[in-house]
Amino acid sequence: MSSWLDYTINGLIVGNVYALVAVGLALIFGVSRLINFAQGSIYLVGAYIGWVAVVQLHTPLPLTIIVVAAAAAIVGLIIERFGLRPLQNSVRIAPLLATIGISFVLDQLVMLTFSPNPRALPSQLPDVRFQVGGGTIGPLDLLIAGVGLTSALLLFVFLRYSKLGWAVRAASQDRDAAMQMGVDVNRVNQAVFGIAAALGGVSGMLVGMYYNQIDTAMSLQATLKGVVAEVVGGAGNVPGAVIGSLLLGLVESYGVAVFGTSYRNLFAFLLLVVVLVLRPNGLFASARQAPPEPLTGTFIAPSRPVRIPRWALLLAAASFAVLPFFPVSFYVLQTLINAWLLGMLALSLTLVAGTMGQVSLGHAALLAIGAYTSALLSLTLNVPVGLAIIAGGLMSAALGTLLISPSFRLRGHYVSIATLAIGEIVSLVILNWESVTRGPIGISGIPPLSLFGYDLISPTAIYWFSFAVMVVLALLQGRLLSSHLGRSFRAIRDDDIAARAYGLSLNRYKSLAFIFGGFAAGVSGGIAAHLYSYINHETFNTQQSILALTVVILGGLGNVVGAILGAVALVGLPEVFRIAAEYRILIYGIVLLLLVRFRPQGLLGTI
Amino acid sequence: MTTSDALLSLSNVNTFYGQAQVHFDLSIKVGRGHIVCLLGGNASGKSTTMKIILGLVKPRSGEVTFDGASLIGLTTPQIVRRGIASVPEARRLFADMSVRENILMGAFVRDDRDAVAQDLDKMLTLFPKLGQRLSQRAGSLSGGEQQMVAMARALMSRPRLIVMDEPTMGLSPLYVDRVLELIRTINQEGVSVFMVEQNASLALEIAHEAYVLQTGKIVLSGPARQLKDDPRVRDAYLGGSEAA
Repeated sequence: MSSWLDYTINGLIVGNVYALVAVGLALIFGVSRLINFAQGSIYLVGAYIGWVAVVQLHTPLPLTIIVVAAAAAIVGLIIERFGLRPLQNSVRIAPLLATIGISFVLDQLVMLTFSPNPRALPSQLPDVRFQVGGGTIGPLDLLIAGVGLTSALLLFVFLRYSKLGWAVRAASQDRDAAMQMGVDVNRVNQAVFGIAAALGGVSGMLVGMYYNQIDTAMSLQATLKGVVAEVVGGAGNVPGAVIGSLLLGLVESYGVAVFGTSYRNLFAFLLLVVVLVLRPNGLFASARQAPPEPLTGTFIAPSRPVRIPRWALLLAAASFAVLPFFPVSFYVLQTLINAWLLGMLALSLTLVAGTMGQVSLGHAALLAIGAYTSALLSLTLNVPVGLAIIAGGLMSAALGTLLISPSFRLRGHYVSIATLAIGEIVSLVILNWESVTRGPIGISGIPPLSLFGYDLISPTAIYWFSFAVMVVLALLQGRLLSSHLGRSFRAIRDDDIAARAYGLSLNRYKSLAFIFGGFAAGVSGGIAAHLYSYINHETFNTQQSILALTVVILGGLGNVVGAILGAVALVGLPEVFRIAAEYRILIYGIVLLLLVRFRPQGLLGTI
Repeated sequence: MTTSDALLSLSNVNTFYGQAQVHFDLSIKVGRGHIVCLLGGNASGKSTTMKIILGLVKPRSGEVTFDGASLIGLTTPQIVRRGIASVPEARRLFADMSVRENILMGAFVRDDRDAVAQDLDKMLTLFPKLGQRLSQRAGSLSGGEQQMVAMARALMSRPRLIVMDEPTMGLSPLYVDRVLELIRTINQEGVSVFMVEQNASLALEIAHEAYVLQTGKIVLSGPARQLKDDPRVRDAYLGGSEAA
């Protein structure tokens, strides 16, 4: 059995690795007030460049580190120059979405180049362990600690004694004032992206060596851990990010020691949610620090929505309703069924993110809650499937709202982080709560869709059923938006302080939006469970959350018809053009990037 | 005063925030070695004028020249390198950096290290109080002390023109006099000053020329001595619509 000292050493080493990611995030947040969701992708790129260097080019270790740092820095500079600089005068949400798009593109490019299979990344260091007190320490541990300390020292010297370092500090405290001293903010951005990427890339390489394995799933994990560490330390606070990282490493390591490996991430995200709720400015923020800038208001691109005449909508609905009478293939119906299910999720997200301004990155969790509820009710309690799906929707509405409610007082990017974390927590609870959810095995043999005792097995029947449910949800949402509730939602999105001054209770309206949105998403998840007949904790993942967000932005945030149009377009077009599955995520990432850059208001305009 | 005398000149500037027009054919000249003051009430477009000069806001039409060369299309850092320094509204110090670092940030565009060090010493004779505060966090100073740091910071780039946005705002009466005195001293050393102020009577004490801005239009201008006694000044900068 490993000693506590071993867990402490492990925690500190892992914390060191997180610190390399988190410090970069903190630098970038400091200067641009941006959470760089592409940081994990650079970490991934670093790991694979390290693999190429070690396994194919046989470079010695010091050279490998230099190659990885330089190559990753170049990737960072490219991201800054071509991904983010053009968005400088864009709405506040644009750079955040762009980094999400960039991370999809980078991850997919790595996956397409190197295949998704894990690879071994040998460390080239002798495999010996030294006895230290009651624990042991190896050369790789020392290397990681050394790289961490050296980086921290170099960064300190850079920030404290170089001219560019001064510019970085000045710009992160007051960007406009720094410009008035002659600081070129673009150069500052370049510097922080380059440094952040170099540190992130090296971190990815070290982790790959530590576990002697790299795979493409590392990316999202690294972003999440880095964000957790950074927020725990106080967003934008560089020393705070280091301490937050070490703390996170220790919490995880001790958590694993007590409860087991599958609990590692659960502790990380619980720590994040606790910090976000209790001390949203981080553990080390002092009172003098300004609260995070309100990001609502100019958050979504204002626009005049495209007016679609009622007859055109009716005509479109009627054509889709009678479609199965025409000789269309099952394949077309299957594709459209997927579009309707995604449409329901998009309806939910366009309400929460568009109308209410709470950009959720964990919306797939609502699908999962609905799916598991409906599946378990029908399977273990023999509840009729129709009722079970409704129960799934209700459970998703109730539980989803309850889980998100502690974050109601957060704003802007913090909401996105909190929802992302809550999404991960839901998936981890499903994984670990074996007595109810059957854990990693998942639930199989879920009864097929049925309505009033009649099984809906034929694609035509499923098509009509899912289309009808989506239309009903869309009509309800349309009613909701034109009522005083819709107005209140938008008022809170555009200026929550003014809305409060008019007596609107933020908690009540945010709850209402999440209840309605949770129901729609839960129903979608419920239907999906009965359709797939098998689900597990990975069926509904972050990729789907991001896909839904892309759909919603494509259609126009807050736009009900836009959400459905976006779903049909993003599910349908890859099918029409017969794009192979492995390229789809890449396409979604590119679509998101192009939208943010050229048409942030989406196809039909924001409402 | 002809255009060639003017160090800074704005002519027929029209500025918009979205649909809303902020400046209507704004024309202002700052003569070499002069203190020029722009008076006006809230939302008259004063601070936007500062931002136009510094390149933080782009006008839709019109010309801005400094020392005969156009500033239109230049970035803020490029404009600063031409010799314009600023004392922004509410000081805008780098709160977590020390006083010394703040002052030295003013010399960011300079590369002559030795001369910068000498100028730092000069600032400490001009602002003796800052001597004991050099290693303190700038954010921990009082408003008046922060104003001193902001002025020292602006001087460190050896500017030919300093633009100041409401330098007396929020200061105690003691510091208001001190700040005005310093502006006069700075000016006597050859630096031109363009300041935006709400406090007309104080600003007119030290200014050579003044302009009165009302909802984006210059409604009065002339030598400060004349404007001081003009009853319309009071009405105008208080924003009365019947004025002028």
